[in-house]
Amino acid sequence: MANLYPGRKRRNAIWIALAWAATAFGLGWLVLILGALLLKGFGGLSIDVFTKMTAPPGVAGGLLNSIVGSVIQTLLGLVISAPLGILAGTFLAEYGRYTRFAAIVRFINDILLSAPSIVVGLFVYEFCVVPFGHFSGLAGGVALAVISTPIIVRTTEDMLGLVPNTLREAASALGMPRSLVIQRVAYRAVRAGLVTGILLAIARMTGETAPLIFTALGNSLFTADPTQPMSSLPLIIYEFARSPYPEQQKLAWTGALIVTLTVLSLSIFARVISSSRSASR
Amino acid sequence: MTASAIPATETSGSLPSDRSAALGRLKLRDAGFRFLTFGAASLVLILLLGVAITLFIGAWPAFQHFGLDFFISDSWSPPKERFGAAAAIYGTIVTSIIAMLIGVPVGLGIAVFLTELCPPVLRRPIGVAIELLAGIPSIIYGIWGVYYFKPFMQAYAQPFLIGTLGAIPGVGALFAGPPLGYGILTAGLVLAVMILPFVTAISRDVFETVPSVLKEAAYGVGATTFEVVGNIVLPYTRVGVVGGVMLALGRALGETMAVTFVIGNATKISTSILSQGTTISAMIANQFADADPGLFTSSLLALGFILFIITFIVLALARWMLSRLEVKAGR
Repeated sequence: MANLYPGRKRRNAIWIALAWAATAFGLGWLVLILGALLLKGFGGLSIDVFTKMTAPPGVAGGLLNSIVGSVIQTLLGLVISAPLGILAGTFLAEYGRYTRFAAIVRFINDILLSAPSIVVGLFVYEFCVVPFGHFSGLAGGVALAVISTPIIVRTTEDMLGLVPNTLREAASALGMPRSLVIQRVAYRAVRAGLVTGILLAIARMTGETAPLIFTALGNSLFTADPTQPMSSLPLIIYEFARSPYPEQQKLAWTGALIVTLTVLSLSIFARVISSSRSASR
Repeated sequence: MTASAIPATETSGSLPSDRSAALGRLKLRDAGFRFLTFGAASLVLILLLGVAITLFIGAWPAFQHFGLDFFISDSWSPPKERFGAAAAIYGTIVTSIIAMLIGVPVGLGIAVFLTELCPPVLRRPIGVAIELLAGIPSIIYGIWGVYYFKPFMQAYAQPFLIGTLGAIPGVGALFAGPPLGYGILTAGLVLAVMILPFVTAISRDVFETVPSVLKEAAYGVGATTFEVVGNIVLPYTRVGVVGGVMLALGRALGETMAVTFVIGNATKISTSILSQGTTISAMIANQFADADPGLFTSSLLALGFILFIITFIVLALARWMLSRLEVKAGR
């Protein structure tokens, strides 16, 4: 018995060391990637980036049209996905909570949540580009909406699931109809949670590239017209990162830094909101 | 609204009709809101069906023209209108296998660290840092991969692999060829880093469902941390961990931008994982915008349809396994 102990202890030490190593490995990548972004992208940050258009090689340019395109398409996506996602999430949590139909929708929504975004791009191409005959920022927005809706559905349902039933019962006992119980009581109780879902959706949309390649296509000129092909930050990173010209590569890195900082600060902000709420409960 | 209507009926005799009108309005509003939410929920279902049906319709000409050959042939030649999916499917599967081989053990290691070993003060910051890794958009992995990771692979990792493993008969075929930097292995490794946080997040969550009495009992009879993890935590959470791994696999199979940057985009199958290749998603991303309508576009849509079906099956299995664990945890 006694002579087993050193062996067990040694094996334990080895596995614990491996777990530490795995964590160091994971954190190491984060440091390497963020470090590279700061190193390569920070130097390019200037007023020009935010005030000038993307330019052909040799001409000093910025990222203005891409930034505006990103914002417009994200807003378009949000206008579609936020109401749709919140309503669908409401059905799953309130009206249909224990029904078979809701179980199916929940299952399908979870699959859409991690479905390959490139496939979503193909779908929107067939659905929004082919019928109109040309690429457009609107199609890009629709593609982003398809990607972000499942996120909002999921967070809305999860958050409404946390509302204590006694709250709903109290409201119903006062004679409030069901729809008002949901809108005036349940939504109000989980407002922070709904905002979290929307922030996470925006974060996801900001970084998406694959579904935009053949929906919004990209545009080297400034446009705020959603029926025209539209540029966006991820698309311009995709284009410029493969460019042979150093100034375009530099802009790609600056764009990458902007996108990453936006996405990460949105997701950290979302986390802060939701955790400060759960702490107060 | 109703609260104000009730006292009103007590003061005036003419108001009951008002009251019923108000109730009628509310009833309508109730039914309307319910219908609205039901419609939104149905739309989620319709969306998935819509994706499947649209892609299938778009892909049908290619399936019809090439038949089963589409899945077997690895020739991809737009000028000759010869299209086969084999090289893309092969690349997708091999890069995903490489990603899983590395990402899963490391991801599980981090989850074990976070749940069993980590000092409580560091638990939250490290957990958040790993989740940030999941938050970084895939295009960023792509640009980073091509500027930093690819040169590293070309200068150090690949020559080393060719010199050591490449010399072994049999296994050596996997590591043959010049060190190009781009290739299936590079793409697989970048994918490994990308799926790692998903494995960690889900494993950590399911590890936390293990009742502490079980762990305490094991520690109580003198088990080491490793033995507790191996004999209590993992067996208890097996289904959930497998579900999380499948979820990560679903991500790896469909990942596009990062792979496109580093895989080299060569439509061929070769035994060496150092050689350039392609995946379904990389091929679509690269060629779809410029594809001629007709068989070329249809073949790319067919690739998309295949990817959709593969990931659907993988993700459905993942969700099914995770839901089984939820049922268990609920008891």
